[in-house]
Order: sequence, then structure tokens, then C-alpha cells
Amino acid sequence: MSRLIRMDQTGHTTLAEWRADDPVAAAAAAAAFRAELERGYYAVVADGHAHAEHVRELPLEAPVVILRRPIAGGS
Amino acid sequence: MSALPELGGVWWRPLASESSLRRTGLLWTAVTAAHVLPFLAVAALLLGLKPLLAPVAMIAVLHAWAIPELYAARGAKVLREPRRRTRAGTPERTAIGLLGDLLNDGPRTLLARTGLVLEQGHLGVWVVGQAGAVLVRPGGHRVHCYCVKATDGELPAGDRIAHLLLALRADEAGFVTVANLAFSGARWRLRRRLREAERDALAEAAKVARARHRNATANAPASATL
Repeated sequence: MSRLIRMDQTGHTTLAEWRADDPVAAAAAAAAFRAELERGYYAVVADGHAHAEHVRELPLEAPVVILRRPIAGGS
Repeated sequence: MSALPELGGVWWRPLASESSLRRTGLLWTAVTAAHVLPFLAVAALLLGLKPLLAPVAMIAVLHAWAIPELYAARGAKVLREPRRRTRAGTPERTAIGLLGDLLNDGPRTLLARTGLVLEQGHLGVWVVGQAGAVLVRPGGHRVHCYCVKATDGELPAGDRIAHLLLALRADEAGFVTVANLAFSGARWRLRRRLREAERDALAEAAKVARARHRNATANAPASATL
């Protein structure tokens, strides 16, 4: 079961769960994904414990897709 | 590797690289020397002219000592926990759980001990906190302190670190480019300005940076002959 989670003030929120062979759940997850991107979130797929990749489309085969806020240099 | 989306917001900055980090380090050393040496020269001159001026010379020496310390103190702040924004409770536990899932056993143990994350990159070994990150360069002698944070100030501490960690893993050079450099200099100088847990994490990062550098140096002649 794959999960779309958003890091937020609650720690994180699971927005959608799907299986690649379940088109209805996958479509709902993709819609939730696009809505969060429009709200300004960035999507990251954590690949193991050393690499991550930003994605613009929901990768259905990824076990977890994490939505994060932008980062910026501080003072 | 995917480029950091935030790079669009700092389009005027050249992308960081190994050579740009070396240049930045040298520049910081030169600027620090330019601040410190005149005070030391004045102190020497005063003492040479009139030993009675020793107290005034001492003030100049104190200035020379204080300037790099102030820079290092600024660098240390990137690992400091922003007190007012850290709240215990369910969100914090949830966020720490997610962050823990992103880590191997070693860094997870360090996180539990220090509240900081150790991450190995191509440019060196990182110590990631809530409000920035410290890059320990190969060999472990020089550090670069970067002030960078998630734009949502209400996130739990674990999520704030996870934001930086994921961005760093996705695009290390982009991460350095987006972040603001707060200090570059000797590790020992930064260490003196850190709290105990932060020192612990920095020491661990330096240990890894030294080991990696030793391995790279040992392997270099063999690969050169191939």
C-alpha cells in the first residue's frame, strides 16, 4: 500500500493511500497530490536512506510520497 | 538527481560546487584575517612605541580575538533549537517518527541523543538541525554553517529537520545555494560556541569526515595508476 503524506502542524497527515492495481484509489491520490502542489507544496520521494527526488507527477509505484513546504535561507 | 525547486527563488546565485566551497572558505579566512591583523598590528606597534601603552594594546588584542568569535557564534546559531516553536506532544512524536523512518540506525541514535541529524553528502558530512545545517568538509577541519529553514514556522521540530534533510538529499548543491552562509572557519572555533549535544553531533560528523578523507586519500594512488 502506497501513501501520500503531508508534513504539517500535526506531525504529518496521510492524504491518500493506494495500490498501483487500484485505479480508483490511484486517481483519488493523484487528485490530492495535484491539489497540494497547487497549494505550494513540493513532493519528494525518499529513495532508501540516502537519496530523495522531487516529483511533479504522483509516482504510483513509490511506497511513500512526502509533501513538504519550501525552504529558504534565513538570517 | 532532481534540482531543488527553490533554486528559482535565488536565480542570481551561481550553483554551489566543490570549487566554490573551497573559494568561499578561503575568502572567509582572508576576510577574517583582514579584520584581525590590523588590531594585532596596532597592539604590536603600541607596545613597540611605548610599553606603558600595554593596556591599550590589550584592548586591540581583545578586539582581534572577539571578531572571529562573533562570527563563530553566529554560525553556532544554525544548530540552536528555536525554543518558542518547539512543543512537546503528539505532533512532535509523529514528526520524530517520520524523521526516524528516513534515517539509518546510526543517525537515528544520534538524533535521539542530540536532536540533530547526521547526513553524509558529496561535499562533506552534514549536521542538520531545525534552523540550518553545518557542513563538515573532508578531513574534518573546516566547517560551513548554513542558515536555512522550512517556511512554515509552525511545524514540529522533527518536520523542520525532515524538510531540510529531504531537500539536502534531493539536491545537495542546490541546498547550499539556497541556504545563507552564516560562518565558515575552523571546526574548533565553532565547537567552542556550541552546547554539549551540538558538540556531540559535530564530533561525530568530524569523525566520519576524517575517516572518509583517509579512505579517499588511501585509494587515490591506486586509482591514479589504473
